[in-house]
Amino acid sequence: MPSDLERKTPQPRSAATFDLRGPERKRLEREYVRFTRLQRALHACMIVSFISLATTGLTLKFSYTRWAGMVSRFLGGFQVAGFIHRTAAILMFGVFVTHLYSLLQLKRREHESWRSLLFGPDTMLPTPKDLHQFVATMKWFIGMGPRPQYGRWTYWEKFDYFAVFWGIAVIGSTGLTLWFPIFFTRFLPGPFINIATVIHSDEALLATGFIFTVHFFNTHLRPEKFPMDTTIFTGHMPLAELKRDKPEEYEALVASGRLEEHLEEPQPEIVVRTIRVFAWMALSIGFSIVVWIIYAMLFAYK
Amino acid sequence: MSTRTIRRFFAPGIALTLFLAAGTNHAAAKPPQSPSSDDCLACHGDKSLTTQHGSRTVSLFVDGKKFSSSVHGPLACTACHADLEGKDLPHSTPLARVECGTCHTDEQKQHSHSLHGKAIARGDTLAPHCVDCHGNHDIVPVKDRNSAVAPLKVPFVCGKCHQEGTPVQTQRQIDQHNILENYSESIHGEALLKKGLIVAANCVSCHTAHNILPHTDPNSSINRRNIAATCTKCHAEIEEVHRKTIRGELWEKEAHVLPACVDCHQPHKVRNVYYAEGMADADCMRCHANEHLKAADGRTMFVSAAEIAASRHAHPRTQAVPVSCSQCHSEVNVSRVRPCETITHPVDCAKCHEDQGQQYQRSKHGQLLAAKDPNAPNCRDCHGTHRILDKRDPESRTFSTRVPELCGSCHREGQKAAIRYVGTQHEIIQHYQESIHGKGLLKSGLTVTATCTSCHTAHMVLPASDPQSTVNPKNVPTTCGACHHGIEEQFEQSVHSRLITKTDKALPVCNDCHSAHTIRRTDETGFMLDIMDKCGKCHAAIAKTYFDTYHGKVSRLGYTKTAKCYDCHGAHDILPVADPRSHLSRANVVATCQKCHTTATRRFAGYLTHATHHDPKKYPFLYWTFWGMTTLLVSTFVMGGMHTLLWLPRALQMRRELKAEEAQEEAERLNRAGIEDKSAGKDGNHAE
Repeated sequence: MPSDLERKTPQPRSAATFDLRGPERKRLEREYVRFTRLQRALHACMIVSFISLATTGLTLKFSYTRWAGMVSRFLGGFQVAGFIHRTAAILMFGVFVTHLYSLLQLKRREHESWRSLLFGPDTMLPTPKDLHQFVATMKWFIGMGPRPQYGRWTYWEKFDYFAVFWGIAVIGSTGLTLWFPIFFTRFLPGPFINIATVIHSDEALLATGFIFTVHFFNTHLRPEKFPMDTTIFTGHMPLAELKRDKPEEYEALVASGRLEEHLEEPQPEIVVRTIRVFAWMALSIGFSIVVWIIYAMLFAYK
Repeated sequence: MSTRTIRRFFAPGIALTLFLAAGTNHAAAKPPQSPSSDDCLACHGDKSLTTQHGSRTVSLFVDGKKFSSSVHGPLACTACHADLEGKDLPHSTPLARVECGTCHTDEQKQHSHSLHGKAIARGDTLAPHCVDCHGNHDIVPVKDRNSAVAPLKVPFVCGKCHQEGTPVQTQRQIDQHNILENYSESIHGEALLKKGLIVAANCVSCHTAHNILPHTDPNSSINRRNIAATCTKCHAEIEEVHRKTIRGELWEKEAHVLPACVDCHQPHKVRNVYYAEGMADADCMRCHANEHLKAADGRTMFVSAAEIAASRHAHPRTQAVPVSCSQCHSEVNVSRVRPCETITHPVDCAKCHEDQGQQYQRSKHGQLLAAKDPNAPNCRDCHGTHRILDKRDPESRTFSTRVPELCGSCHREGQKAAIRYVGTQHEIIQHYQESIHGKGLLKSGLTVTATCTSCHTAHMVLPASDPQSTVNPKNVPTTCGACHHGIEEQFEQSVHSRLITKTDKALPVCNDCHSAHTIRRTDETGFMLDIMDKCGKCHAAIAKTYFDTYHGKVSRLGYTKTAKCYDCHGAHDILPVADPRSHLSRANVVATCQKCHTTATRRFAGYLTHATHHDPKKYPFLYWTFWGMTTLLVSTFVMGGMHTLLWLPRALQMRRELKAEEAQEEAERLNRAGIEDKSAGKDGNHAE
């Protein structure tokens, strides 16, 4: 529906703006809203809490590196680091609970039943179609087929989503055990604290490593989106990108004739700029942590 | 004991012995005869009979005539050479040393308690036996002028050993010098040797013949307390005379410090002069008060009377009068115009400070001096000379707060003692000053704080490798325990004490954990974080696993409140876990955890504080948990990584296509814009 789009595109305000650069011109176009305000806020909170947890937790895991001591001192010492870790953990639990609550709200607002929410077309649960798309993707990777027509949620996005559920369960439960060892040893034997330490630490390493490499690549560093995809921060996605990246979703929207409902004016310049600064910080901290992990695991392992 | 008495006493005894010997001999299968004196002289009457003592040829000749005229003449050879009894003649082995004490019981007893007897017991080869003074077969009564120990001969008998150049004088510690020379010049020596007055005092008159004891021995005839009695044996009234010269009150108040005879009349040099007229300090100061007085080598010889008056020696503890110049600078000769010209030896402080002197001789400092090392410190290097003060005087060089500086003058880095030192301790003085002891002493001014001499002693300083040293590992607990007694008691009960654990391995002592010179407060961060490495020096494996657990990891991050080795195991009272008194025994472990985890339970105490996931035998559940997690981690990364790598070429391709598309769009747009521009320009022209 290109004609639709042209109609909605605001006209240049004066003759002087005729030579606007490509990106700026695009910015004035209305954009597709992929994430709600709450989802964006939760993701930002998740970033803050995840990076805090990873940084403070890794100082303990890699306490034998000089880096760990420096970071710990920078944060104000081990006690402050521990306080940050626990506060961030509460924030993480908060994010998790809020998300579950928002699912409840979503069901009430837009779905008649849980069934429609969980097994509808936009479900986050893995479906047979995901398996087909996974196979098709593999074929595309090795040049045996075209790029699959991805829908609203791809299988790797679903994987990332459920990785959080798994992580919260495993890291959260062992974390609580370590936080309140005396309470937990009322019904668990003492060596469970040792086991909880190993699980907590290794699962956290998995989560950290996965997010800061695979997740970063899948969403931000993919050459066509390099250096970053700001959709999760602004909530907006240029329509052309939607068309290219999620053709199935785009076509479904066009077919239903409700695309217009999902379009919005772009975020103000200052908001986008702030978001970029924040995202850059998160990305660079994430990469630094990856470098630190590799150094600690390969060159200083004890 | 006269010859007659001896004979009367012993003849029946000897006869009985012979009779009994004969009796037993009868019973024996082969009856050997007890040899008679004639039997002995059959061989020993021969002047050419000799034997070899090492490289020396010794005559075995016994003059039968002399022997029969000697005090022992009536006795048979076997009376003294008792081990000859029952031997076949000629006997092949040398005879044992004759035991004179068999008959001369009292003399023997005195001798064995004496200085000489004790030296024999120690195995000192220079110590004199009976024969060395009395001779052997030719002993005559003491009153006989031919006796070897007749009064006229005594100085020479003693002088055999006690004169300059003899092994005794050079190798043994004899405080007096030129004894024989001095004696012969003294009033006693002159009387005896020059004037033949045999009642004049000779060596044994003062020292006794057999009961010779050092002057420090309270039983000695020449001890300060007894010397007056010894002298008054001859000079009966002299003490009365002296008492008159001393004020009565002093006599009552300080009876113990009154001068003894020898304080004025130096032993061996006793002269018939009054000391007030002889060697008074004033005589010395006649020259030495001159500020410009210089020795031949340019040293100043000026002696400040004020310095001496302020010194400890001006009011000594052991005598009522100040120590006079000549008491230290002995060997002065009052008959000379320059009395000091006869001085040949430097001042020997050990004459009065005997214990300190002996300790010093055994110390490293003393050893160096004996080896003629020019760097060896002597008494005056530490204590000074005329201005010696009591060590409790804050002005004294040996006052506790000034000791580090004093020792540092040689032991500071770069100084003469530090240069030759090859051990592990460096920057000793600087480290000490920053240590808890150094701060206590120098910053807080607490004078009882340990200073150098508290651990190393003042006079018997020895390297730690010497088993006698106070800082030898064996002695360190006792040395530290001198102040930290309570800790020493705990430590000596612990598994680290060598009283408890018998092992060849080196056990730790105080300084292995606390260091020697850099001792810190144990509540300082540095100490608390270092202790794991200190324990880890010996307990390497268990220290490593500690760092695999929470406590170890947070301690690495500098958190000092976490459980460190000693928080659980105890510091000085460490015991094996199996010991019921251990902090970690089943009965005590929960209370130990509760020190930090106040609500800890028994099950909580089951936490494995040294668990590691590297040990499949000891901690299989941790090992397998770790490898399970690692497998999960690796497989996730492999899958994620593969996915990403495979994606990359396609994504790059997409990017290229996108760029191309964008470029094309841009070109089209510019093209369109150009056309619009032209038409707009036309419109504008129209408007004008």
